[in-house]
Amino acid sequence: MAKSARQSGDNALATGLHVWLLRHLQVFFYSLGQLSRHPFATLMTAAVIGIALALPAGLHVVLKNAQQVSGGWDGAAKISLFLKKTVDDRQARALQAQIRKLPEVGQVRYISRDHALEEFQRLSGFGDALDALEDNPLPSVLVIQPGLAASQPAQTRQLLEKLRNYPEVDIANLDMQWVKRLYAIMDIVRRGVLVLAVLLAMAVLLVVGNTIRLAIQNRRDEIVVMKLIGGTDAFIRRPFLYTGFWYGLFGGLIAFVLVSLSFSVLSGPIERLAGLYQQQFVLSGLDFDSALLLFAASILLGLGGSWLAVGRHLRDIEPA
Amino acid sequence: MIRFTHASKRYPGGHDALTDVNFHMPPGQMAFLTGHSGAGKSTLLKLIALLERTSRGQVFVNGQNTAKVPRRRIPYFRREIGIIFQDHQLLFDRTVFDNVALPLIIAGYPHREIGRRVRAALDKVSLLGKEKVYPITLSGGEQQRVGIARAVVNKPALLLADEPTGNLDPALSREIMAIFTEFSQVGVTVLIASHDLALIESLPNRVLELKNGKLVADSGDDSEQVA
Repeated sequence: MAKSARQSGDNALATGLHVWLLRHLQVFFYSLGQLSRHPFATLMTAAVIGIALALPAGLHVVLKNAQQVSGGWDGAAKISLFLKKTVDDRQARALQAQIRKLPEVGQVRYISRDHALEEFQRLSGFGDALDALEDNPLPSVLVIQPGLAASQPAQTRQLLEKLRNYPEVDIANLDMQWVKRLYAIMDIVRRGVLVLAVLLAMAVLLVVGNTIRLAIQNRRDEIVVMKLIGGTDAFIRRPFLYTGFWYGLFGGLIAFVLVSLSFSVLSGPIERLAGLYQQQFVLSGLDFDSALLLFAASILLGLGGSWLAVGRHLRDIEPA
Repeated sequence: MIRFTHASKRYPGGHDALTDVNFHMPPGQMAFLTGHSGAGKSTLLKLIALLERTSRGQVFVNGQNTAKVPRRRIPYFRREIGIIFQDHQLLFDRTVFDNVALPLIIAGYPHREIGRRVRAALDKVSLLGKEKVYPITLSGGEQQRVGIARAVVNKPALLLADEPTGNLDPALSREIMAIFTEFSQVGVTVLIASHDLALIESLPNRVLELKNGKLVADSGDDSEQVA
């Protein structure tokens, strides 16, 4: 008896869930059908959303590519260790071996005093003048290329401090000013893209909100009738929310296509330019994660915009 | 089924639409609500359907004090009441079938049940052949019958009608009243606001008369005091 009662309770729950799902599915496709009745208007709204979202999405991809390129330049930050003159050739080579063992270090090149002088004579054109000097004025140098573990500016700076503390080292120099500047600029750009994205997201929210507001006004009579015969707020709200969902989805789709198209147009010339700099560079478009984020954001904005409109305007419509 | 105790309605601005109205309608009764325009007929119906709330006094519907129904419960409250309007309030972008099915869809009936009940309701108002047509192609009387079918499709215990025959000729009006009488005979409480005195006098039902918001005459009060 108790068992059968519970069973029928379960059945009722299952039926309830089934009905609930079915109703949502119905409204899901009903709202799509409503939109397809006015394909041009729907396309216009979706295009506005698409273009507004394509801009930050495209800039995001540009930034990602720039990061990839500048990642290659990180290695250009080199540390030069000028050794004390009292350090002889053997000690210098021992130090080189010691430093090479550090995990943060990629490569260590040793330039002996004689080699440095030779190179200087060859490159500077002061060869004869230097001959006049009794003593070699140049120190021996270790040129250190930070490894992957120290590719970020802060880590490179730490490595520099570490190396500076070796007793053999006279002066430690880091040539990374321009890398830091580049990072600073990229930081600004990244933040700019973020600000732009937020502004455009708000624009999308308002566009969807306004479109849904008009839809609500157009169907005022229907809403009144629904309320008169016992439609709950949730029931009346539902088709409008799904309409917002569809606008978001279509907008995201258009943004995706726009970004993909733009990058396929740009990729040829950019690869040619990279070739002129003797660089291997492949322009990457929207990756899977970014595309997913784009769709999620556009759908959420569509839903959010319609939620705003529905929340504000449905309550105002009461049968009188 | 319906009980008004000292119910008054004052609209914002100070207009008294109803003043100290008292009456009781037992289940299964059919009554007319009459009076001049602006006497408060529509307001009285609105108080029952919770389209408006009383300013003073109480209105009980089906044993429930309407003042105690919170806003979010109003839709469920209204599902127990079938309402018929003078202007039908049909949706013209949907077929007759879809119009009548709307209360069932709202209440979440399963698909098969909806088809069965809609056809039963349309049968009662003799519109079974018109399921697929749009209301705009129907005559005024037919549209009103679609409105009635929609009001009764989920078998409410209470039917309210606001000037249901307002735009109809006498023959059609009598036809509509016959439909209402049929419902009251199967236990549905029916309250009809109308100023069609000729029609009302031709029928034996209880008549409530409003004048300037006051209940001035009640033909059936004494005989119907069973709860």
